[in-house]
Amino acid sequence: MFLEQLINGITLGSIYAIVALGYTLVFGVLDIINMAHGEIFMIGAFVGMLIMSKAGAPLPVAFLGAIVVTAAMGLLLERFALRPLRGRPGASHLASLISTIGVSILLENVAHKIFGSGNHLFETPFAEISFTIGPVTIYLVQVVILLISLLLMAGLSLWLSRTRAGKALRAAAENLETAELLGVDTNRMITTTVVIASAMGGVAGVLVGMAFNYINNQIGLSMGLKGLAIIIFGGMGSVYGAMAGGLILGLSETFVVAYGSSGYRDAIAFVAIIVILLIKPQGLFGQAPAEAKR
Amino acid sequence: MKRNVRLFAVVACALFAFVFMGAEKARKPAAPKGEPIKAKIGVISIITGQGAAYGEAITNGIKLARDEVNAKGDVLIDLKIEDSSGKQEQALAAAQKLINSEKVVAIIGPTLSNEMFAAGPEANASGVPIMGTSTTAKGIPQIGKFVFRNSMPESQAIPASVGQAVKKHNIKKVALLYGNDDAFTKSGFDTMKEVAEKLKLNIVTIQEFQKGQADYKAQLTKIASLAPDAVFCSALYNEGGVILAQARKMGLKVPFVGGNGFNSPKVIEIAKEAAEGLIVATPWFGEKNDPKVKAFVAKYEKAFGKKPDQFAAQAYDAFYIMTNALKAAGAADRTKLRDALAATKNFQGVVGRFSFDAERDVVMTPSVLVVKGGKFAIFN
Repeated sequence: MFLEQLINGITLGSIYAIVALGYTLVFGVLDIINMAHGEIFMIGAFVGMLIMSKAGAPLPVAFLGAIVVTAAMGLLLERFALRPLRGRPGASHLASLISTIGVSILLENVAHKIFGSGNHLFETPFAEISFTIGPVTIYLVQVVILLISLLLMAGLSLWLSRTRAGKALRAAAENLETAELLGVDTNRMITTTVVIASAMGGVAGVLVGMAFNYINNQIGLSMGLKGLAIIIFGGMGSVYGAMAGGLILGLSETFVVAYGSSGYRDAIAFVAIIVILLIKPQGLFGQAPAEAKR
Repeated sequence: MKRNVRLFAVVACALFAFVFMGAEKARKPAAPKGEPIKAKIGVISIITGQGAAYGEAITNGIKLARDEVNAKGDVLIDLKIEDSSGKQEQALAAAQKLINSEKVVAIIGPTLSNEMFAAGPEANASGVPIMGTSTTAKGIPQIGKFVFRNSMPESQAIPASVGQAVKKHNIKKVALLYGNDDAFTKSGFDTMKEVAEKLKLNIVTIQEFQKGQADYKAQLTKIASLAPDAVFCSALYNEGGVILAQARKMGLKVPFVGGNGFNSPKVIEIAKEAAEGLIVATPWFGEKNDPKVKAFVAKYEKAFGKKPDQFAAQAYDAFYIMTNALKAAGAADRTKLRDALAATKNFQGVVGRFSFDAERDVVMTPSVLVVKGGKFAIFN
């Protein structure tokens, strides 16, 4: 049972990590918590479901479709909910938090209108492929989820640290005005970031559908809250923190159920987060305190 | 001076009102034999807002029964339907309006147990019989001697399904799984646990989950590792369907016994083949091979364009129980009607053979069903 639960925990943790990566990317650059991220992730899951279960198209098409739709939503989100508020004199930095909450409520209700409130079967032959090692059955999906999350993490940190665009992004994160003076097209950088983060949400949505077989219009909310907790826990804006935090939360939730009581699943996981934050207030991989920035 | 005039007017009005109220009471003679008994019956149901689907089924069932009863002609019922919107205060206001302005002889409804806890005491204090057709919480008829219900509580349905499943599958070890953040699934679990203990079953583990959870693998892996003979699961169909599908996928093939929340064709829609072998108990089974049930289903479908559910069937029966009692009472009199209702024994309705016990609660044998070949069938 230990190995099976370990696999369950890693799968859940990898999904949390991908969701958290989307949050951390936007936060790292914009200092904004994008509350609509969970709902964009949910829409990605539904797009994947429509393409695969309803239209019967293969898996790569589903990923592509989910990425295209969620990237487009990221674009719209940035254009209509974030940009109009940016740099406006007197606009509180909480304004964009509120506007993304508005978008999340809108998206959840649109999904409710279109798909209803019930569970939808996410059917794909790919999710049925499994192999057995000793007493343990592993589904290929579980391996793929772990690989994709590791790939996204590695890709993201390489992109941020090695490429020109990544440097521009980090400069923008450091100080928006200075970066602009130095010739960085900050509007474009920010749009790119939100679009990439949203597309990652779309990928995560399809993965969740394959891992759990069911999706509904509420999954954005629960996954979103977990993702939020993880970036605080892992260190705001840290790519490795999101990954490690996701895995730790996924594993601790699973093992609380396996060896403790399932009623305390969320409670114990979050108590663990609080304890770690008390010891290391900036989070696991948190950087220097806020006053060094800006 | 002006003030005195006003005061006089108020007192006069009040006096007149009393006189006329008395007059109305006096004018109502007991119906002589052969004359139809004319009566106003109030209905409180959810017509608008969340839960309006229940109210629609309930009022449809009642209207169908009213048309049949009025066509026979020995009682003529005038229905007064009020909306409660699923809210306690609105249910109470509706009850007050029906009791005091409409002067109904009895009330059918309200829809939710919570609403009954508001409207029931009011009707009881005014001496108006009130009967819930969908209120399953503990303590409803105990509100007072004018309060009735004909909806079977889960505490009667679950022992039937568990009992039959245990006998058939020779169950000794069970795992319990339930939603711990919903009053309905929690109370279903309490009953399951009680029944399992009474039957001296070995409860290997109790697992909990929360509404809307997507991943039940951790709980199910743990249950599977303990190898129980069956899983007793108190969940609503939305979570229940997913639980079944994930359980079957990971190789947990033992029988599942569900509570009333599982009793919906939606479970089969969500879980597909994984729903096979799910056992539930229900007071209402629309496919029953009984001419009365078949006739009701056909008439209902013709009138409203869809198949009746448990709510429609129970409301339909409730109206017949009410009008039968009215006939037995011989007059549209609230107290006489109450006594006649309480004496209801072995009423053969579409839901089943029905009696009230000494506490005006339901005495009935539920049907135990199993999912077989993609639909519910009698379990045996």
